Amino acid sequence: MADLTTDFLGITSPNPFWLASAPPTDKEYNVRRAFEAGWGGVVWKTLGEEGPPVVNVNGPRYGVVHGADRRVLGINNIELITDRPLETNLEEMARVKADYPDRALIASIMVPCDEASWKAILPRVAETGCDGIELNFGCPHGMSERGMGSAVGQVPEYIEMVTRWCKQYYDKPVIVKLTPNITDIRKPAAAAKNGGADAVSLINTINSITSVDLDNFAPEPTIDGKGSHGGYCGPAVKPIALSMVSEIARSQDTQGLPISGIGGVTTWRDAAEFMVLGCGNVQVCTAAMTYGFRIVEEMKRGLSQWMDEKGYRSTSEFIGKAVPNVTDWQYLNLNYVTKAKIDQDACIKCGRCYAACEDTSHQAIWMKEGRVFEVNDAECVACNLCIDVCPVEECITMERMEAGSTDPRTGKTVSDDYANWTTHPNNPMAKAAE
Amino acid sequence: MTSPQTPGIQSGRLSQDQLARNFEDLHTPYDAHEAAVAADRCYFCHDAPCVTACPTEIDIPLFIRQIATGQPEAAAKTIFEQNILGGMCARVCPTETLCEEACVRETAEGKPVEIGRLQRYSTDALMSRQGHPFARAPETGKRVAVVGAGPAGLSCAHRLAMKGHAVTIYEARPKPGGLNEFGIAAYKTVDGYAAREVDWLMGIGGISIEYGSALGVEVSLDGLRENFDAVFLGVGLAGVNLLELEGGEKSGVEDAVHFISDLRQSADLAALPVGRNVVVIGGGMTAVDAAVQSKLLGAESVTLAYRRAREEMPASGFEQDLAASKGVRLMFNVMPVAMHGNGAVREIELEYTALVDGKLQGTGETTRLPADQVFRAIGQTLAPVDGLDLEGRKLRVTDTGRTSVAGVWAGGDCTPGEDLTVVAVAEGRDAAEDIHATLMAAAG
Repeated sequence: MADLTTDFLGITSPNPFWLASAPPTDKEYNVRRAFEAGWGGVVWKTLGEEGPPVVNVNGPRYGVVHGADRRVLGINNIELITDRPLETNLEEMARVKADYPDRALIASIMVPCDEASWKAILPRVAETGCDGIELNFGCPHGMSERGMGSAVGQVPEYIEMVTRWCKQYYDKPVIVKLTPNITDIRKPAAAAKNGGADAVSLINTINSITSVDLDNFAPEPTIDGKGSHGGYCGPAVKPIALSMVSEIARSQDTQGLPISGIGGVTTWRDAAEFMVLGCGNVQVCTAAMTYGFRIVEEMKRGLSQWMDEKGYRSTSEFIGKAVPNVTDWQYLNLNYVTKAKIDQDACIKCGRCYAACEDTSHQAIWMKEGRVFEVNDAECVACNLCIDVCPVEECITMERMEAGSTDPRTGKTVSDDYANWTTHPNNPMAKAAE
Repeated sequence: MTSPQTPGIQSGRLSQDQLARNFEDLHTPYDAHEAAVAADRCYFCHDAPCVTACPTEIDIPLFIRQIATGQPEAAAKTIFEQNILGGMCARVCPTETLCEEACVRETAEGKPVEIGRLQRYSTDALMSRQGHPFARAPETGKRVAVVGAGPAGLSCAHRLAMKGHAVTIYEARPKPGGLNEFGIAAYKTVDGYAAREVDWLMGIGGISIEYGSALGVEVSLDGLRENFDAVFLGVGLAGVNLLELEGGEKSGVEDAVHFISDLRQSADLAALPVGRNVVVIGGGMTAVDAAVQSKLLGAESVTLAYRRAREEMPASGFEQDLAASKGVRLMFNVMPVAMHGNGAVREIELEYTALVDGKLQGTGETTRLPADQVFRAIGQTLAPVDGLDLEGRKLRVTDTGRTSVAGVWAGGDCTPGEDLTVVAVAEGRDAAEDIHATLMAAAG
């Protein structure tokens, strides 16, 4: 069984699966149970400044998007940072860290955007013995209205400023948690780096309304007839998170900045995908909230199995391995020609490929006598939609055309030379082909 | 005390509790979550094979999607637009040889979308909460006579009434429903569903039913033609095929359809007599219904004797398995040659059969089974209707149900085609459309 031990910013944990700062990590009771269940690390639920804690709504704080059979695809929440006194949290953190020295314990912090507030809380957090801090610049609801959370995360200058304070008043690693509610994720990441951050973590939740009650005409979750947007998370947000992670991993300004991947990690495969896109570890919340802490066992076994199959002895051997393959559209090889091919033995004749292609794509699938569906190579642009909608795995495949053959759609000879848009004759900005 | 082992034909072989359990609903209805999960399995196929396989061409992918999106009553309307007896069809259709056999998930994994149960879920939802879902068009002043209040007649009458015509149904029996009421196993349509469905169907308005009015007895075709603008015959198959063999007249040798009818109309199943050793001759749905219900009533042994091989049995694989699961013994390639007994049947003698040059023949080898009750279920026949041409042993009709006599349409079991409720509904509906078009064209 592969060794899952992970070193992230010098913080070692027995595996790369950390619980994200969220309801599951709000108190000692939960965190102890999470560690007993096998989680490699925990980012404690966000601490606020000293004094009366924030209050939460007393109506529902979560909304949901269900798939078939009430499978949880996404949850949004309007919960705030911890609503327990700072002192209580700090005492508990110290006790837990002392009892679990091999696990990562990170303090998430959100205090007002002034130097004094950060200067006041950082030494107290340091006293707990936790391994690092995560700056919550991400929460998109409630706290942002008070000038914290994503209100900071949306202004790169603030990120840089606060990060700098933290590096000044705190010795251990500083992770900056980013909000996805921004146009270009590279800007806040670069600001964090400029401020001296040791890492960024992303994504925090996405502004969302999960549904609208059509009897009361109010967004869900509804509090006394009203609703406000919440933060969306869970499997539904993973594609957005992967893209943002990859942007930071490959951007010149942020290359090499360690990343903790967050956003819909539910299985070992999700984790592996985040990691090959450059994440040193992953943080999980919705999967635990859906299935309980025990879910980590599948993640650990699955990642280990995959590493064994691939021959990796350490997570460091595959972290970032897919980053070089993330590129801009203009560099994609336009000479790579494929055609869809339908395996008639596997086909169950549902006709979904036909409906999709005929109605919404390129009219490249024939429906022949006896519900036989065949691809018309002369029309197929290899869009992949037929494969996406086919209910049978591996029934439709994309087959690459051999060099030297003629693409019946274009009448051109297929070349195995690499050629992209930057040199294409139709591109007015094209450079002369070499 | 009477038990399954008590000799002869006896009532009360099982306790009331046991009988109640035996005759429960064959398929338990879905609850809302089960229906949502089942509906989600539908792929919404292009030009869906299930629709093609449905004689009434219900838009199955659409109604299933309507269930999936939380609107079972809207789904039911989609069903009823094509098949006003969609509730009964959901219960009695051999879906395993129709829509569900054609389902691509049957091809893919041997587990089709459970279309029948989903149809029942949505039709039950609508029928339990709303009044009649369709509105009647303004009166046309046209009057149509429908003979037979079975599936074909009811379907035809409903469609005609919806179009604004005034319909009078002439029914020989004292109750409507036809085979839905008298000819289908009780566990397929529990709690008086057939009668409730007719009441609900009549909610369209514009339909009246005259009971005790058999064609050729109380009413004549000529009389109907004279008094109405059009006539539709949904008379079914009133005759029973005879079994001519030695001893066939002995007591205890009965028609399965009568047994099934008596059972359906019985208020107290414990009062219904059944043999200790029952043999059913035949291989169709009626044979299976009679065999299974004999067993459920408490017969000790029930044998279904079919003269051909299993693969040729008209009853579906599902029906065969159902019979076997209830303890019915299925015998293939045997035909009755004699009934033995002194007055009452005591034994049935069966001869084994084989296909020789494509022809079924007796092999000469015989076997005897104890039998104190023998049910004939070898098919029903058309009671002749004077003046109408036949095709084979049924009324000759066009695609839209026109008989050889102008102004007279026919559909259902009395015309060629499969003898299924769903087929009868389709034929009644299509004939109604043609009658409507004809009457409106004539009216200018």
